[in-house]
Amino acid sequence: MKKDRRDFLKLAGVVAAAGIGATSAFQSLLGGEAEAAGLARVGAAKKSTDGTRLGMAIDIRKFADNQELAQRCIEACHSIHNVPDFRNSKDEIKWLWNEKFENVFAKDTHTRQSPALQGLPVLTLCNHCDNPPCVRACPTKATFKKDDGIVGMDYHRCIGCRFCMAACPYGARSFNWRDPRGTDDKGRPFIRELNQKYPSRTRGVVEKCNFCTERLAVGELPACVEVAAPHDAMFFGDLNDPNSKISRVLREKFTIQRRPSLGTYPSVFYII
Amino acid sequence: MYGSGRVIPSLIVFVGLMTFAIWYNAGKAQQLPDPEKPAEYEECVRDTQFMRKSHMVLLHEWRDDILRKSGQRTGVTASGLRYDRSLQKGCMNCHDDRKKFCDECHDYAAVTPDCWGCHLEPTKEAR
Repeated sequence: MKKDRRDFLKLAGVVAAAGIGATSAFQSLLGGEAEAAGLARVGAAKKSTDGTRLGMAIDIRKFADNQELAQRCIEACHSIHNVPDFRNSKDEIKWLWNEKFENVFAKDTHTRQSPALQGLPVLTLCNHCDNPPCVRACPTKATFKKDDGIVGMDYHRCIGCRFCMAACPYGARSFNWRDPRGTDDKGRPFIRELNQKYPSRTRGVVEKCNFCTERLAVGELPACVEVAAPHDAMFFGDLNDPNSKISRVLREKFTIQRRPSLGTYPSVFYII
Repeated sequence: MYGSGRVIPSLIVFVGLMTFAIWYNAGKAQQLPDPEKPAEYEECVRDTQFMRKSHMVLLHEWRDDILRKSGQRTGVTASGLRYDRSLQKGCMNCHDDRKKFCDECHDYAAVTPDCWGCHLEPTKEAR
């Protein structure tokens, strides 16, 4: 059979298209992409019942009754971790912060929420999810989940792409648009007093709460919990240990999580 | 060769200019870096040769081990001294002057590690 150039090119085109199409269709069937999107994990019976999984419970009422306590927690956290204050909500860096109730717990279909709850400040932080979307989004593995359940960050590896910020449904990550060690127009430093025991960050990296992993390592409680614990407003411990304080609190009190339907399995619980 | 009267002298001048840095410094011994060692300590966490060559590798190992694997935050030297596996809290505890220690070699080798963008040098009072 005689083949001219035209026929040959046509045939080559069809074969190439079929090859490209078939492999991508085949791969999506393999579940690789479904897993990358987190679909396989959502709704699956959970996971992480062995080993340590650190978690926290926050009593909303205790903080509502004692408004200044939250400020003290935030102050303790931010001063220990050299969190800069850029005095501008657009550039704000938050590890631990107050958010309005309606923003913390999305209303969804609940349109008859008590007006008393609207605007109620709720202490929020990184949820250290058991199924963290930020970790999946990070292209450099700068953020990762540790064996103890803490979602940690290695600022050395962060390239500042902010994929993790887009992936986090809780807004728990902040980007350093400016140099945190710099000063504002009036010459005031963004970090009021540097804690010599802890590094700062640099411009162009994302940062977030680290569950005070450096304090836990030396046997201390997270800074916020240390401030709030005497008021029984915050509890911390191993969720997988039935005898831990947090497990007892979670057994006894009614608690909710932030946006549980997303399947991130947050490790921060709110006592209502 | 066409135009050799101009080309060859020009080439000689050009090569001379390009190699200026070499022959200008020829025969002069470059001052070797002399990092100031802490007076009150005899040993480092590893032997001098290793530290001189591979301290950055060690720092990376510490970082990855502690951050990702919840590794030990302290180590023990050959003679049993306990130290923090940390640049800021460990190394700078003894080598407390960045200018006289770190920068001495880094400047000589023309490397600019960006440690100090985040990590803090010991303050004057701390020293």
